Amino acid sequence: MSKITIDPVTRIEGHLRVEVEQEDGRVTRASCGGTMARGLELIFGGRDPRDIPILAQRICGVCPQAHATAAAMAMDDAFGLADRIPPNGVLLRDIMLGANFLQSHILHFYHLAALDYVDVTAARGYQGSDPDLQSVAGFIDRGALAPFVPRYEGDYRLSREQNIAGVKHYVRALGVRRNCHEMLALFGGKMPHQCTVSVGGVTTQVTRDNIAAALSYVREVAAFIRECYLPDILMLAGAYADGLERGRGCSRFLCYGVFSEEGLFPAGLLEPGADEPAAIDADLITEDVKNSYYADDSNGLHPAVGRTEPQEDKPGAYSWLKAPRYDGKPCEVGPMARMLVGYKAGSAEIRQAVDGLCESAGIEVAALNSTLGRHAARALEAELIARKMQDWILALQPGEPCVLKVEVPDEGAGAGLTDAPRGSLGHWVTIEDGKVANYQAVVPTTWNGSPRDAQDVPGPIEQAIEGESIRDVDNPLEVVRTIRSFDPCLACSVHVARRKGDWNTVLPV
Amino acid sequence: MASGEVNIVWLQAGGCTGCSVSFLNAIHPSAPDLLIEQFLPGTHLSLSYHPTLMAGQGEGALQVFDQLPDGDFVLALEGSIPRKEHFCTIGEVNGREITVTEKFLDLADRASLMLGVGTCAAFGGIPAGCPNPGGYRAAGVVMEENGIETPLVHVPGCPPHPDWINTTILEYLSTGGDVALDPLGRPEIIYGQLIHENCQRRPYFDEGKFAEKPGDPECLHKVGCKGPITYADCPLREWNDGLNWCVKAGGPCQGCTQPEFIEEATPIYQELAEDRLPKIGEQAKVGGTDE
Repeated sequence: MSKITIDPVTRIEGHLRVEVEQEDGRVTRASCGGTMARGLELIFGGRDPRDIPILAQRICGVCPQAHATAAAMAMDDAFGLADRIPPNGVLLRDIMLGANFLQSHILHFYHLAALDYVDVTAARGYQGSDPDLQSVAGFIDRGALAPFVPRYEGDYRLSREQNIAGVKHYVRALGVRRNCHEMLALFGGKMPHQCTVSVGGVTTQVTRDNIAAALSYVREVAAFIRECYLPDILMLAGAYADGLERGRGCSRFLCYGVFSEEGLFPAGLLEPGADEPAAIDADLITEDVKNSYYADDSNGLHPAVGRTEPQEDKPGAYSWLKAPRYDGKPCEVGPMARMLVGYKAGSAEIRQAVDGLCESAGIEVAALNSTLGRHAARALEAELIARKMQDWILALQPGEPCVLKVEVPDEGAGAGLTDAPRGSLGHWVTIEDGKVANYQAVVPTTWNGSPRDAQDVPGPIEQAIEGESIRDVDNPLEVVRTIRSFDPCLACSVHVARRKGDWNTVLPV
Repeated sequence: MASGEVNIVWLQAGGCTGCSVSFLNAIHPSAPDLLIEQFLPGTHLSLSYHPTLMAGQGEGALQVFDQLPDGDFVLALEGSIPRKEHFCTIGEVNGREITVTEKFLDLADRASLMLGVGTCAAFGGIPAGCPNPGGYRAAGVVMEENGIETPLVHVPGCPPHPDWINTTILEYLSTGGDVALDPLGRPEIIYGQLIHENCQRRPYFDEGKFAEKPGDPECLHKVGCKGPITYADCPLREWNDGLNWCVKAGGPCQGCTQPEFIEEATPIYQELAEDRLPKIGEQAKVGGTDE
């Protein structure tokens, strides 16, 4: 038996360490740990509740929009405004979140994940007329190959032509993901970290020129997804077919539901083997800390009453992430969970998308539950969102209100449950004396990247790696491919809760 | 380091990766121009280390640090540095955990230039907000405490505009290191004027026409705009292909390029006190406003 430590796991958001024990090339145990903490929820404590949708974006610079949305929903709830948001405000939140989904999915596939499959050096000696590829060939000739080398060597299976197509799309996708941010900034002022999503709606104005501009952007992005992203997924499925059999996680899928269009991405919990998803009861969410750097007496609490005492030298702990559990069990969240929950719930749009892809790839729906299946689900979801966003943009009403005038209540409590690009996202707030008294966020990678829980059941990523076969222990590509298929986002997932009044004693600065 | 391969080492400490994502939003020069093409004829930025973009991983990624030419690379720090070192580790070498604090001190000492990218690195920013659980501090504070005298330039913003990062590198390369800085260590060419001086809504301020709520078209002063205490060229440059910026969209300026961000720049929607309104043309002061 030997141990492989991958620290840092790069090309993800944030700081992740993965340790695997292997015997004869098979993983016998995996441990997945977050290695950075800021304590943002503590920092949110005591503040004006209206500030949080803006500040919560700083949880993550890759998916800030999801945090702004969840925080605004939690505040709408706590302020008693949830059913009064102007239609323009609801649509703008959906459009802006959708734009961020597209940005995040395209960035993840091309710039974070693809380098585990595509060999950039294949563009060496390119003689053709494509300017981007000429540029890459010139870059290779100059000899300084960062940031593409060093890398794990070995198992790159695409043909030279396929690799060259992959490199071209890597470069093109840099512009496409940037365009997604520009589309969002039409309504948000800037990205990352827009300034308009707030309690009560969105603090901007809808104009005809912005509608036309957003529509133009989203059509271009949709075309890229159809012409490049989906075909590239099929290309990988052909060359790396074992990726459709590897990387099965806990096979219990959770989705809170996202976007206001009824039935598009329905909420639900899909148990292994179940024919249809069950309704979600948010009271069944708890967080364990047995293997996390937090004192044991806060184990097993619901996030709304979460109490956390960081204990950075706790014996046996290996992660700054807690272990969220639904009804005591781990759940996988993310595009694949959304697709499978939606499929089983009968979402017509999702059924059509999934069936179409499975037919093209010659696979069963169950094969989505795999390393490459997660990428496929992400691409399908991007295509669907880019299509639906065109309807949402056209439904905006120029000149109509986008936000309510709000007043901060003395007391209140609220929850904002939605889905981020990486999976289910919940924010919980309690307001006392007009200030934030308690704030909690349970984010996608806390679910997927969780350490073992109080019963020592591994988290979804840990389960997905355990049992994995590795060809070359010095270049464990199989392990990192599976980790990345979850699109981990670590800055999001490390969080510290606070109960009113106890931060100075618990956390000396 | 005037030409050839300019090594950039991008370290992430207590931050959110937003600065990195903003860096990728660059247009002219674009991200491919920066990563692959030549930035200026004969000059290419070689992104030797960047945790979000680099192909390398595990110990192999960290070995890049050992191969850097001393005194001939730019260190870009994103995020702030925790006093409680275990709050941020960046990898493991020979079974030993490497804290970001330790690696930052090593690299800052060896670099030819230290760029504090974003307000967290420049001034402490979000993680240093009250009660600052990890004891996060600005790069410059940590460098001074450890006697590191490497030239330090701040490129604050939450996140900084991609042009601000690129312009700073370009100015540094073109001037042989003689970049004109304001008293807070920011390039004057970017941070020389107040938002308030160049704001498109300034005529409303002068005429006393104020928005009742954020999102209204008038001056956002009464709903908390921090433009009067914030130095940056947002109204002139605008964001995301020059499309928009915070105040133009209807959200008050949050003061995100300032050391006041976030403690003295919040509540976001609360009107600035009269005595914090500026004398136009005055330079930024060390420590921010008079308070």
